[in-house]
Amino acid sequence: MGPPSISVLATADSTEALRFSDVWIGFAEGPILRGLSFSIQTGETLVLLGETGTGKTLALKLAAGLLRPDTGTVRALGQDISAKPERELLQFRRQVGFVFQEGALFDSLTVGENVAYRLEEDGVPPAEIEPRVQEVLRFVELGHTSEQLPSELSGGMRRRVSIARALIARPPIVLYDSPTAGLDPITSQTIITLILRLRDVYHVTSVLATHRLQDGFALANFHFDPKARTVRRGASDDKSAPAVTRFLVLRDGRIYFEGSPEDMLNTKDRYLQRFLI
Amino acid sequence: MPETPLQVTHSQSNDAGTPSVVEVLTDAAKHTVLQVQDYAKLSYHSVLNLFTPPRYGQDTVQQMDDIGVGSLPIVLLSGFFIGAVMVLQTGAQFQRFGQVSLTGDIVCLALVRELGPSITGLLVAGRCSSGIASELGSMLVTEQVDAMRAMGTDPGRKLVSPRVLASLVVVPLLTTISVFIGLVGGMVASVFSLRLSATTFWQRAIAILEFSDLMQGFTKSVVFGFILSTVGCYQGLNVRGGTQGVGRATTQAVVVSSVLIIVADTFLTRLALFLADKL
Repeated sequence: MGPPSISVLATADSTEALRFSDVWIGFAEGPILRGLSFSIQTGETLVLLGETGTGKTLALKLAAGLLRPDTGTVRALGQDISAKPERELLQFRRQVGFVFQEGALFDSLTVGENVAYRLEEDGVPPAEIEPRVQEVLRFVELGHTSEQLPSELSGGMRRRVSIARALIARPPIVLYDSPTAGLDPITSQTIITLILRLRDVYHVTSVLATHRLQDGFALANFHFDPKARTVRRGASDDKSAPAVTRFLVLRDGRIYFEGSPEDMLNTKDRYLQRFLI
Repeated sequence: MPETPLQVTHSQSNDAGTPSVVEVLTDAAKHTVLQVQDYAKLSYHSVLNLFTPPRYGQDTVQQMDDIGVGSLPIVLLSGFFIGAVMVLQTGAQFQRFGQVSLTGDIVCLALVRELGPSITGLLVAGRCSSGIASELGSMLVTEQVDAMRAMGTDPGRKLVSPRVLASLVVVPLLTTISVFIGLVGGMVASVFSLRLSATTFWQRAIAILEFSDLMQGFTKSVVFGFILSTVGCYQGLNVRGGTQGVGRATTQAVVVSSVLIIVADTFLTRLALFLADKL
């Protein structure tokens, strides 16, 4: 059975945040991503769904310039990052937030030092660093953990610190690699709420790689109301920056489905329906 | 696939079925050559990065403390007893010819030219090369190195260069201390075992030394410091296979750096003797 919906390459656009064009990548065991093509507009949220091993993490690492495609091009924030030398990629990555699956916090640094890391690298004066660190730690509701080591935190708290670390430099695009994997439902909901807040307060472009469809629907069906400081059902009232959520399902390194949450929900495709159960 | 400086290059075999002996040997040879190439690239960049910003001074000082101060006890202890045992071994021979006063000469030359740098290099390799490999390897498998890259930091600059610079500075210092303590150990053994006066021992030891001897010892210690730090970094940043891989990299770091130090010692000694003849 063929894929029910095929990704169509959007034309190059000034508001385009990310574009994959016929991207292939593989390792010794063979190709993992096979001709991946899609694009994301600025402010949009893309939910990258797929089973384990379908290449979701690889796609995110390609989007961050942490890996280079074997063939094809990756354009992010108006730059072709698939051919840039590592030195230029280091500069590019400062504009991208990346939340790793297990947090990837520096275990020898305190939470505060982890969050402040990027600012210190950028040579921001120490007097400016402390309030910004406190601000983002309060945003993830971990203001009291600044002096603690990552090993003293729970798994969910480490993910939240990781989000704070990605957020500190106020990047226009944030990539989340399975941020709720292995967490209990309540902690997962906390993480998703944070992603909603980040999207609706700072209007960042988001790519969420996950195998949990409920995470995607939470992003599609809820919004964070900054005035009431709470999560509400439905679309945001902020018409200047509507939060558009799209689903993209990967299967065997190819796009199997691309569409809106409604398309996903109403699909008759048996493979996709397995995600809905 | 185009690769970043810290990604390992893998040879690929697409052949189905059991590979022949020739294919296995060819793959092994290719793999070894690629490893040497990756190591050479890492070493080259570790030095090159020292001359361009950003530099990580605080990390370098911290590494000097870890490698230098941390290694001091083992260097002091081993240095003292190596000096003493040198006297005990050679003194008996000199006594047969009534030339006990030459003990200071031979102990000093052996320590400055050979034993000081090589023993210090091997001890610090055992302690620090493994430590560097396990630290960086653990960072790699927990994606901390990727996180660093994702935040715009070059791991080569942040992790490798400070360790290399710290080793280049502290290993010669540790060698100097080791040689001095070795001479003290030699003197103590001479006084109590050979009844040689301390003054005679020191006078002979200092008089025999030439500038070329000091340069030979210094050059060796700098090279050994470079080897133990770069091998540790290379093994750590090329870990494959999770925590088991970290264990393997740690062992490999000690083995490879120790062997390289001994091999380099031979060539450096030959070079020093050649230069001594020419100059």
